[in-house]
Amino acid sequence: MEKDKQTMEESTENSKIIVEEKKRELVVPGEIVSSGSAFLPGENTQKEGDEIIATRFGLLDKEGRLVKVIPLSGIYLPRMGNIVIGKVEDITFNGWLMNINSPYKAFLPISECQGFIRKGEDLSTIFAIGDMVIAQVIAVKAKGVDLTTRDRGLHKIDNGLTMTINSSKVPRVIGKQGSMVSMIKQETGCNIVVGQNGVVWIRGDEIEKELLAKEAINLITEKSFTDGLTDKVQAFLESKRK
Amino acid sequence: MTYTKRFDGRKFDEMREIEAKVGVIPRADGSAYFAFGDTKAIAAVYGPRPLHPVFLQNPEKGIIRVYYDMLSFSVNERKKPGPARRSMEISYVTKKALEPIINLSAFPNTVTDVFINVIQANASTRCAGINAASMALAQAGIPMTDLVGAVSVGFVGGAIATDVIKEEEDYEEDGEKMVSDIAMAFLLRSQKLSLLQLDGKIDSENLKKAIEAAKKACAKIYEVQKKALKETK
Repeated sequence: MEKDKQTMEESTENSKIIVEEKKRELVVPGEIVSSGSAFLPGENTQKEGDEIIATRFGLLDKEGRLVKVIPLSGIYLPRMGNIVIGKVEDITFNGWLMNINSPYKAFLPISECQGFIRKGEDLSTIFAIGDMVIAQVIAVKAKGVDLTTRDRGLHKIDNGLTMTINSSKVPRVIGKQGSMVSMIKQETGCNIVVGQNGVVWIRGDEIEKELLAKEAINLITEKSFTDGLTDKVQAFLESKRK
Repeated sequence: MTYTKRFDGRKFDEMREIEAKVGVIPRADGSAYFAFGDTKAIAAVYGPRPLHPVFLQNPEKGIIRVYYDMLSFSVNERKKPGPARRSMEISYVTKKALEPIINLSAFPNTVTDVFINVIQANASTRCAGINAASMALAQAGIPMTDLVGAVSVGFVGGAIATDVIKEEEDYEEDGEKMVSDIAMAFLLRSQKLSLLQLDGKIDSENLKKAIEAAKKACAKIYEVQKKALKETK
């Protein structure tokens, strides 16, 4: 009984802390975020008459003279140069069709594949259907994107685990100059690759460590946009390690 | 004016109790629940996602598809599930009501699906559906310029009554139906009409009054929608 009481108290304390944290303002589409000419419209905002309105549901961010909205949700739109983690869905005569959690098809041609492929070789020996592959976006066309694996760190995933988060949370998981992800790497001893499309690959020498890293990433996606998140995640990992 | 006291004792410009919640379906990209008293609707948004068959694709911008249905247990007599004349019409007008606010030019050749299910019905289900769909689209991160709010206003026995219920829809005097039911949807910031449906008879003066009443009611709906969206994490 006493133990229950204690945990109860702890949880109320935690909720208090959350209330005290400074939060950026949430805006809904169509909400007026600024009027007059004090600000310039940035990402996910548009000018309508004298006013600037938000065009997406998210957090309002004013930086200098620029006002923008950081989206909280939405699907992944591929951009050139993005590192993504895709799943092979189909094999054609000249490459692989991959699912990268976006509405557009992603194609990885043989010519963009590492290593030498003999004529008439069975492509499923390189990447089979269902394989997860780390790849880079090299072209964005009207009907889909082209991928490549001809670079360092781009390869098939053959161990560890993958998890999917919303692609708008990817910058939070990476942190400023990779501060968040390198901290998790250090604390758990796992190797982590975060694809821009929201697929995360975690590989460690023990499954417990991998699951701990997964838990930490889930914590980030739940509590994104609260101040001092890196410290909080570090505290969480340290408490789990003991 | 022969209709002086409403069946459920509300004031003539008073809506039923409104309840709104966002994120009710975890696997959907966006979802919302909206209720006017006993009229309860849930909406789920999926996408933008690939569109097949290919001939439906628009290379200029993404399209939306709306599917509205009343669940079989939502009314007193079992409703046969699946598309019917009525639900197809409402799907179409809901799509037309939502189209002015969404901007899918960043997602050519895709489709965004909106599924609206009425889980309990007591008149103005299409309005509850539109309100839920508007919130669900916002939560799904679809680029939008506004939110939509809808309400039904009745011209019942000579009186303008906001948010009609089933008994008012069936109001009769001497065996003659004395009611016009007007479903209206507004773009909530710019105050433009995006849906106006009317069955029954009404003169222009009363129609103007009805539109004003709906505008007033929609302002309240806007507040509720904003609050529900901002309470999600």
